[in-house]
Amino acid sequence: MGFAAFAFYLFAITAVVSGGLVVLSRNPVHSVLWLILAFISSAGLFILLGAEFVALLLVIVYVGAVAVLFLFVVMMLDVDFAELRGEFSRYAPIGFLLGLVILLQLGFAFGAWEVTEQAAAQRAAVTPAPEQVQNTVALGQLIYTRYIFLFQAAGLVLFVAMVGAIVLTLRHRTNVKRQDILAQMYRDPAASVELKDVKPGQGI
Amino acid sequence: MEELLREYLPILVFLGLAIALGLILILAAVVIAVRHPDAEKVSAYECGFNAFDDARMKFDVRFYLVSILFIIFDLEVAFLFPWAASFQYQGLFGFWSMVAFLGVLTVGFAYEWKKGALEWE
Repeated sequence: MGFAAFAFYLFAITAVVSGGLVVLSRNPVHSVLWLILAFISSAGLFILLGAEFVALLLVIVYVGAVAVLFLFVVMMLDVDFAELRGEFSRYAPIGFLLGLVILLQLGFAFGAWEVTEQAAAQRAAVTPAPEQVQNTVALGQLIYTRYIFLFQAAGLVLFVAMVGAIVLTLRHRTNVKRQDILAQMYRDPAASVELKDVKPGQGI
Repeated sequence: MEELLREYLPILVFLGLAIALGLILILAAVVIAVRHPDAEKVSAYECGFNAFDDARMKFDVRFYLVSILFIIFDLEVAFLFPWAASFQYQGLFGFWSMVAFLGVLTVGFAYEWKKGALEWE
């Protein structure tokens, strides 16, 4: 068994086990941490496939940013977990039913799956071999020119996300005293300080 | 393909070492450390009084806003990276395509700056 096979089994088993623990662990914060482990091992699987850029993107975007977002969401929900566990047994039958339906659908879909003979040749034609051109360069040659509409649509989606997040969550607090540095710097000492000559024993 | 994976072998070795070191430190703490647990010792420490409630509390939603804005610019940089790597193959069309993309996000950036979403009150 070569190193590639060893690494594949290592990452695959880690991904499956940590994916299971995401669902099974009782504390949602622990779930998010297991999810991070699942992301990292999927990144390892991507590298084994030769998709370096996607793998490192998974680490940067999902582990670095999306997992933090998940943690914030988990911390923001003020849920009573003991109560939630009580609810779990009530809804468990429906959940199991839905899971069974999805499992059956997947079983039917993959059972009826047939791969044509042309598929392998077509797949080989789309992507150049990793020896000839680097992964990131190959992606860059396609995204910005051939798939320009999808690329610009991605930009617009990001724009909408930015505006939406601001519109939904930004609340300016009133009655907050802020430091205005410019006003402080332009303040004239002569206009703001007054000297008074107080006679002894009289007060102002 | 084998060539590519061989370049990643040091990272795998490093990962193995990191995991092994982490496990060794945790297991050493379990095996070596002296432990005499006590109800007072293991309870949450509060200065002078019993803990009122759980340490878990709601975060302010503004943390969420900051991290969402971070993700958006993170993705923008992620799009920039293959563009820079394949710049010599793209020509003028790819260049202006990226400029339009950055222009859209700059409009968003100006919007959030003007709205004061980057200010912490």
